[in-house]
Amino acid sequence: MMRKTLLAATAALLLAAGPAMAQKKSIKIGFVSTFSGPVAVIGNNMRDSFELALDHMGRKMAGLPVEVIYEDDGLKPGTGLQKTQKLIQSDHVDFLVGYIWSNVMLASLKPAVDSKTFIISANAGPHQIAGELCSPYFFSTSWQNDQTPQAMGLYMNQKGVKSVFLIGPNYAAGKDMLAGVVSTFKGKVVGRELTTWPTQLDFSAELAKAKAANPDAIFVFYPGKAGVQFLSQYAQAGLKGKIPLYTAFTIDELSLPLQKDLALGVPGAQEWVNDLPNDANKKFVADFLKKYPGKRPSFYGAQSYDAANLIASAVNALKGDLSDKTKVEAALKKADFKSVRGNFRFGNNHFPIENFYLQDVVKNAEGEFVLKTVATIVKDNQDMYHDKCPMK
Amino acid sequence: MTLFIEQCLNGLQFGLLLFLLAAGLTLVFGIMDLVNLAHGSLYMIGAYFAATFAAWTGSFVLGAVLALGATLLVGMAVEVIVMRRLYGRDHLDHVLGTFGLILFFNESVRLIWGPDGLSLPLPSYLVTAVPILPGIAYSAYKLAMIVVTLLVAGFLYVLVMRTRIGMLIRAGASNREMVGALGVNIKLLFTLVFGLGAALAGLAGMMQAPILTVQIGMGENILILAFVITVIGGIGSIRGALIGAIFVGVVDTLGRAYLPDLLRLAFSQDTASTAGPALSSMLIYLLMAIVLVVKPQGLFSAGSR
Repeated sequence: MMRKTLLAATAALLLAAGPAMAQKKSIKIGFVSTFSGPVAVIGNNMRDSFELALDHMGRKMAGLPVEVIYEDDGLKPGTGLQKTQKLIQSDHVDFLVGYIWSNVMLASLKPAVDSKTFIISANAGPHQIAGELCSPYFFSTSWQNDQTPQAMGLYMNQKGVKSVFLIGPNYAAGKDMLAGVVSTFKGKVVGRELTTWPTQLDFSAELAKAKAANPDAIFVFYPGKAGVQFLSQYAQAGLKGKIPLYTAFTIDELSLPLQKDLALGVPGAQEWVNDLPNDANKKFVADFLKKYPGKRPSFYGAQSYDAANLIASAVNALKGDLSDKTKVEAALKKADFKSVRGNFRFGNNHFPIENFYLQDVVKNAEGEFVLKTVATIVKDNQDMYHDKCPMK
Repeated sequence: MTLFIEQCLNGLQFGLLLFLLAAGLTLVFGIMDLVNLAHGSLYMIGAYFAATFAAWTGSFVLGAVLALGATLLVGMAVEVIVMRRLYGRDHLDHVLGTFGLILFFNESVRLIWGPDGLSLPLPSYLVTAVPILPGIAYSAYKLAMIVVTLLVAGFLYVLVMRTRIGMLIRAGASNREMVGALGVNIKLLFTLVFGLGAALAGLAGMMQAPILTVQIGMGENILILAFVITVIGGIGSIRGALIGAIFVGVVDTLGRAYLPDLLRLAFSQDTASTAGPALSSMLIYLLMAIVLVVKPQGLFSAGSR
């Protein structure tokens, strides 16, 4: 009797332990973004959009359930690195996704590449990763940082702007953004100011200098809440209506409810706008508004939604077998899914080759401020660092 | 030259704003011997109240006045409920207790107002630049801030130097036990002083609200500067706080404005624009270190401890 019980217990234990030894039973994704502090609204929007993408695919890829572990980087490269290492070493994730900030991305790249874990940036695009640091394990569903301001620089040429004053935050992306404008803008750059990031929120000293330089235009890059603060201080300094403002990543669906009429008439460049007329985008926008009443989809969310679909396209193509990394890379590189920005292809450095649009702020019928596509500034644009990447 | 004048005004405005925070901090520290890390939370509460009341009443000024009263009440409530348990204890207990308060306030604000933050739009007559000298137009709102903070500084001077309450406050700052022994209702005095400090912090918060946004944790960065000012000016001294604050404000603003340009003379454009912001944010700490070496008690120390 005793022996029978023991045998039964052993068998039960074996059964319980069985599935763990079997092949893959789920697709594990680690999602690193900012979920605390003033910019948590961006991280939450990315998470909401990622969850919506999972809902759309029945929360399964190649028949395997998807498990997502969300980690907060607290806006700090050190914390982002720690969380990335934790996801790789103790959670053994198959994919890393997210990363708003270029400095966090740069810090987190090495552990991912060293452990051969695929890392997909849903926002950050520092030039180093597009060039010499490019890796088979890195993919971007956003852009290289310089691309969006380059589009803005082209637009300023079209508008006949002859001189510009540049202001941005002093970190990896801020420097890329200003470099991007300089690379395409044909006029004269009369000043370039970098501010302490993310602590400096008072831009009076920089605005005073811009005013004294008296340029045709001011170009600015301030993501998140800083964009709200910049726009209100720009108006208070009496510059609105005097020196026109051109922006990248300063006005978006998340900051607009706070910027309100201050954002009217301020152009921005973006690779995704909520009204892009493709079916994937219509579904994304409509279902987002349905699932999260009172919230609005943003470009951060669109890029996260695309990241989920990119992963799913590769996992489905390989029928859930992720053991051969070369095959996974090849499958990801096809970008074989319906992107909400319209389809795009990857360049040799795994950054998208895509269109950039001019967006403007308008008031809709309900009196809300919304973003609207005005024109296509540049088509099939590739970043200017891809030559430096040794990958073919 | 016009640029320099404008930058000096920016510095003065920033300094005077910091004074509002530092005055409350230095009073509470000097008189009650209490380290209050949660002072920045009161700054945040003031801003949230102002944004809410301004939206309710539809008037910026009325909203600010209501918010000022509400912050005063919150400050006095915090003193009665929490701070009284901390007097006479070790400074480490103060730090722990008031740090707990920061977390409490941040979480409460998240529950009441949500995590997204608010905006406090200015009335249109303040969103312009007014000419102050020929050729110099300056932000009307910043000018209004300078005037209001100067008025408040004048009010504080009269209150502390010319009234009976002020006399007690000064006496409390130099010798607390003796004031108690002479039969002054020290409990009430403490509640009043703490409430006053809270209202000043709240005023600073609501004045910054239209420039910066109203958000959770907005008081934490600026509080560090307020502590620096308290150290520079001398603990417990309102005059020290005023002079220290203007000093810090001007050094910080001018540093940000001119240091990168100076560096450009010696280094490449790239190095200068990267190192400039980093170096200029260190300037005030350098200033504090120098003051501490020359006058370890601060410029105008009130106490004789």
